[in-house]
Amino acid sequence: MKKEYETIIGLEVHVELATKTKIFCGCSTKFGGEPNTHTCPVCTGMPGALPVLNKKVVEYALRAGLALHCEVNSPCLFDRKNYFYPDNPQNYQISQLYLPICHDGYVEIETASGKKNIRIHEMHMEEDAGKLVHDEWSDCSLVDYNRSGIPLIEIVSEPDMRTAAEVVAYLEKLRSIMQYLEVSDCKLQEGSMRADVNLSVREKGTLNLGTRTEMKNLNSFKAITRAIENERDRQIELLEEGKAVIQETRRWDDNKEYSYAMRSKEDAKDYRYFPDPDLMPVNIEEEWLEFLRKNQPEFAEEKRERYQKEFGLSKYDVLLLTESRHLAKLFEETTKFCGMPKQAANWMIGETLRLAKERGMEYEEIHFSPQHLGDLIRIVQKGEINNRNAKKVFEKIFYEDIEPSLYIKEHGMVSVKDTKKLAQAVEEIIAQNSKAVEEYREGKQKTFGFLVGQTMRTMHGNADPEMVREILKQKLDRRADFS
Amino acid sequence: MKKIDDEMMESLSVLSKLYLTEKEKEKMKEELWKILDYVEKLNELDTEKTKPGVHVFENSNVFREDVVENGDMCEEMLANAPAKKDGQYEVPKTIG
Repeated sequence: MKKEYETIIGLEVHVELATKTKIFCGCSTKFGGEPNTHTCPVCTGMPGALPVLNKKVVEYALRAGLALHCEVNSPCLFDRKNYFYPDNPQNYQISQLYLPICHDGYVEIETASGKKNIRIHEMHMEEDAGKLVHDEWSDCSLVDYNRSGIPLIEIVSEPDMRTAAEVVAYLEKLRSIMQYLEVSDCKLQEGSMRADVNLSVREKGTLNLGTRTEMKNLNSFKAITRAIENERDRQIELLEEGKAVIQETRRWDDNKEYSYAMRSKEDAKDYRYFPDPDLMPVNIEEEWLEFLRKNQPEFAEEKRERYQKEFGLSKYDVLLLTESRHLAKLFEETTKFCGMPKQAANWMIGETLRLAKERGMEYEEIHFSPQHLGDLIRIVQKGEINNRNAKKVFEKIFYEDIEPSLYIKEHGMVSVKDTKKLAQAVEEIIAQNSKAVEEYREGKQKTFGFLVGQTMRTMHGNADPEMVREILKQKLDRRADFS
Repeated sequence: MKKIDDEMMESLSVLSKLYLTEKEKEKMKEELWKILDYVEKLNELDTEKTKPGVHVFENSNVFREDVVENGDMCEEMLANAPAKKDGQYEVPKTIG
């Protein structure tokens, strides 16, 4: 009989902090600069250069740590992690080992099989390394140190995850927390959030952990899912054949859907960590923590609960609205301007998301004034414009942020409510479409819609469709009585 | 105190990227052992009443504000590079 296995997964997640400058020097962190234009003696590891800690990095790390329900170490301290590789010109990375800023927290995740807490072992601050480009046609590699010294936090979980779905839920939760805190944009594709997966398997019912491997280069949720399933199967196969799993670092190739061994995993002792004498200990006073706690944002989960309770929105709607802090903010402000949360939610979920998707835009790239959408909602509510025109106006708001009442006036989109004018238009249509009128009177209800459409067209779309319907019905039915 | 054996020597050599001749290795083993032995002496100190410290200096909380201070110093920085190409540092090919 085949044995049953259990997969044990722990994650190391690196998050790039959205500070303006690097962690230990005044170089810009702006993405996409020409190579080495954001470098100085500190971030290129020149002898004698003195690193000085960016206070914002500590603040961001603390806010993240508090959101992950962590304990804070005070004092916390920086250590040198020694290794030789050209992406790291100092020959050591400044990191934290002995006294990391945060430890022992948790995040709650939700998957199809319910809620679960994933424990956080520790979270520390460190510097990022430079970027190596391997030249295919020569025997050299080129190094760009713009990324060297960009602040990172590394969040190390306990081995509490059992499936790829749990891993994805955990990462989505971390991303949402970091985005709501505005400490990072957490883009996997661009590397501002990176996840290394530690995975081992063991026979179900046993307690000892098996030998684990670490997988790198996972830059989408899909890649993570595929890599986890692939590695689980690879390890089970080895065990079934009576072979041993080797502790090593493996690199995932998403195109080939296959991972290969990079190097046998170094032990912590191989990095010869020791306290960095250049950097002073950081004492974190209770007042600072208290201030940060008070100023934590309302997170996605809290917003969802409030939207459902306060605005009576559906579970599905609030899930979409809180997917990004930016979207939630647009919704809240629109609601403030128009006082109609349901309508505001409909415009956000319907038209806003549709247009964003059509254009392949990120939520953060949506820039229209909530006041303009709020105004439009009020105009629609008053019946001054029909839905079809409202959608046209909204597109203008979405793309060009126009002022709706002015635009509607200028483009003659105000719904005609003059009964006399409407009646006149209906009369004309009835006269011109005698065949359709006859069919309607013979009981063909479909032609009614056709006649409404024709009337709307002669009014250039600027009529109140409800009124047109009413007048048309009156006239058609009255004449039917006479005949 | 355990002496430095060949295996330890080999591992240190790999980590420090120093490749020594047999003669140098023997000499180094002896010197390393002397250093360890010397450090070992610290264990003889009575630290029962000493407060644990985290750093050699008493200072703490030395911070910078998050303000960009450095402009483009690419050229000056690359002046120190033994080899360069297209505004980048040229190094022997590395994979991994």
